Amino acid sequence: MFAPVYLDHNATTPIDPRVLERMRPWLSEQFGNASSRHEYGRAARRAIDEAREQVAAAVGAHSTEIVFTSGGSEANNLFIKGAAAWYRPGIVAVSAIEHPCVMRPAEQLARHGWTLRRIGVGAEGRVQAGDYSAVLAEKPVLVSVMAANNETGVLQDVASLAPEARKAGAVFHTDAVQAFGKIPIDFRALNAAGVYALTLSAHKIGGPKGAGALVMDKRLELEPLIAGGGHERGLRSGTENVAAIVGFGAACEFAAERLAVTQRQLSDLRGALEDGLLRMGAMLFGSGALRLPNTTYFSLPNIDGETLVGQLDRAGYAVASGAACSSANPEPSHVLRAMGIEPGLARGAVRVSLGAGNNDKHVQGFLDTLRETVAKLHGMTALVA
Amino acid sequence: MAYSEKVLDHYENPRNVGSFGKEEEGVATGMVGAPACGDVMKLQIKVGKDGVIEDAKFKTYGCGSAIASSSLVTEWVKGKTIDQALEIKNTQIAEELALPPVKIHCSILAEDAIKAAVADYKKKHTE
Amino acid sequence: MLKLPIYLDYSATTPVDPRVAEKMIPYLVEKFGNPASRSHAFGWEAEAAVEEAREEVARLVNADPKEIVWTSGATESDNLAIKGAVHFYSSKGKHVITVKTEHKAVLDTCRELERQGFEVTYLDVQENGLIDLDTFKAALRHDTILVSVMFVNNEIGVIQPIEEIGEICREKGIIFHVDAAQATGKVDIDLGKLKVDLMSFSAHKTYGPKGIGALYVRRKPRVRLESQMHGGGHERGFRSGTLPTHQIVGMGEAFRIAREEMAVENKRIGALRDRLLKGLSDIDHVFVNGDLEHRIPHNLNVSFAYVEGESMLMAIKDLAVSSGSACTSASLEPSYVLRALGRDDELAHSSIRFTLGRFNTEEEVDYAIKLLREKIGKLRELSPLWEMVQEGVDLNTVQWAAH
Repeated sequence: MFAPVYLDHNATTPIDPRVLERMRPWLSEQFGNASSRHEYGRAARRAIDEAREQVAAAVGAHSTEIVFTSGGSEANNLFIKGAAAWYRPGIVAVSAIEHPCVMRPAEQLARHGWTLRRIGVGAEGRVQAGDYSAVLAEKPVLVSVMAANNETGVLQDVASLAPEARKAGAVFHTDAVQAFGKIPIDFRALNAAGVYALTLSAHKIGGPKGAGALVMDKRLELEPLIAGGGHERGLRSGTENVAAIVGFGAACEFAAERLAVTQRQLSDLRGALEDGLLRMGAMLFGSGALRLPNTTYFSLPNIDGETLVGQLDRAGYAVASGAACSSANPEPSHVLRAMGIEPGLARGAVRVSLGAGNNDKHVQGFLDTLRETVAKLHGMTALVA
Repeated sequence: MAYSEKVLDHYENPRNVGSFGKEEEGVATGMVGAPACGDVMKLQIKVGKDGVIEDAKFKTYGCGSAIASSSLVTEWVKGKTIDQALEIKNTQIAEELALPPVKIHCSILAEDAIKAAVADYKKKHTE
Repeated sequence: MLKLPIYLDYSATTPVDPRVAEKMIPYLVEKFGNPASRSHAFGWEAEAAVEEAREEVARLVNADPKEIVWTSGATESDNLAIKGAVHFYSSKGKHVITVKTEHKAVLDTCRELERQGFEVTYLDVQENGLIDLDTFKAALRHDTILVSVMFVNNEIGVIQPIEEIGEICREKGIIFHVDAAQATGKVDIDLGKLKVDLMSFSAHKTYGPKGIGALYVRRKPRVRLESQMHGGGHERGFRSGTLPTHQIVGMGEAFRIAREEMAVENKRIGALRDRLLKGLSDIDHVFVNGDLEHRIPHNLNVSFAYVEGESMLMAIKDLAVSSGSACTSASLEPSYVLRALGRDDELAHSSIRFTLGRFNTEEEVDYAIKLLREKIGKLRELSPLWEMVQEGVDLNTVQWAAH
């Protein structure tokens, strides 16, 4: 039995062994509740404080600007629903390619008197300037545009979008879950440009599942999603998940440390991957735009994505046919639809997302397997090279 | 809650704990605070004929900082005249014991205890 | 050799049982898949583990696994249950009943509902901490849509009459939510019998990890909720967000151990608690807070009159205990739970909560008794209140100079 090759790092990442080592004590002898005043509790509190510093340092924020949550979904919900609670219903504008945990809360607001505007994207997956200006002209209250898309990896120019939103009087938020750890994120600079809050997740950067954060300008007023006890400055109650928070902090430290190296390594690997894909006649989505260095989203003519990823899995390569969270949904990706990709091609979409631990052999092996699989699916005898 | 070394020292080894006999010459008592608030301080001073505080004793129901504050003032008032004792300010107590902001009320209570004891003394000696 | 400080604060949180930690680790290492990934074995493996854990949680409380929704903990479960149900059923009424001694997760959520225009009755409890059923019945209104009562109180450990309250609620068609964070592994919970519609669980109070909990949502008769966290539609739309597989696996294992061992364990812990109580009972002016009979065997909450709680904690720093609940102990307010029992503020300020658990020993309890006896004596020597009482002064007649 050979170990399958994991090429789905945008869904979740394996934990960095160093992160696990930091977490272990907090799953055994260091078990205190951080609200307790005895030594067990105080030790937990110190560990959380340290992790808060590490997270803050990784994104150029101050530790008091970090609100720990159970993950990225909660942080996005906290911003959309929590900020909306402070305003009279108005317009909430989100890009058409947002993750469901931004889109669904925005839709929920729309059921309670708000108006939802979906900001359109162009064929390469970038927010359309004209559409953005038109939406801003309507004076939205809240605007959320993701820093990097989870399916295509396409980056949005948040630093230019935010000042325009601020001029229009809107509170701007960016979901940086996918961007974090893959490209530099500087909250201080973004905040100066008009970004009030951004969302992070631990398990996308070699940390554990179960921890995330909303990094926020303290002038931003938020109604908590979860009340009871007043943890996290009253913005998020509930006993802190010390082990996961410690892991998140450690993951941030290591992610920041290796950012430059991974960025180059991954884009080299991705380059090789995409060369191979193009030679097979693949269509690469969003490749004309600036993208995360690790993500390739492609479609092969007359090949169904679901079927293909199933075959690839059996052959030992773990990739995705859509966003992990919505992959139970047989509908073609809403991201590709927003980009105007025709449904036939969209149904063929396969996402490869590289990460720490992937190497040349993985990529070459993947390409070879893909060629064989496609040949098989086309009903031809595989050509053995 | 992390306590300063000095608070811990006074808490572990409180100075001048106890009470004077009620009828003893020159003894005055100041009792401040309330059980409902979580602090009650009893400060007693023994004043000599020359108006100098010869001795002081305390009992305190309260947190470690309250105990330390009252223990400290028993040391500080000794050898002072009653008027000099009144010059002791809560800020000096708080500074000496490095009290955190949430414990400042303990030092205020200690200052109040001095005032109450001196007032009691003056009341007894002007009659 | 005793390891100090001795942990006697199992209601604040419990250590992760080593068996639980062992089961969790592989899901942090090689089995790291996202349970929502449907396209590869990493995802399926994680999903299978999540479903196995769901069965374990359901088995402890005799529920159907389909009735278990994962959350980040009991606080989130309480928020989801109360806000989710009240918002869903708001067309049927606007009145909610809860109890003054509930956890903040319930009370703060109810306060939020009040700000939104709902009306909340906060029931008084009797001196023993238990709800009086007649008082409860009298509080019911035609527009009552939800009742929320905790199974076991976190500070005093008393067990509320959940079965009786459930019967009344079901008869009147009112949704009944129970916060069982402190109950799992300590009292038998049979959701096949109890007429409870929603029940909150926490892993870290039952030797599982922090950051994971669950909400039981009854299917027959079906209870509906408005989701509080929206997104990828995880947990059948009740709660979105990537499932933390390792934590879920930990909760499942913790609940399995609880089911298999609670009968024996509770006897042992009860004997330790009784030993502690016996060791303190001949000290003057020591009061047990809350009913001793309708109470989990793990809890002993005592007021040492005329000794202030925080100085007591300092004196017994070799014991990790709490005064008031862990969530509120950063404030100087006396415990609102003890106040609700009608304890005066002085006794509320003087209370210490001992909660025993799986890893306590007789030797530890004996050490605790010895230390407590010594320190109470010392602090009472320091206490002007104790002195006055010894002199025969009735403290209630004293005019205190409020500050």
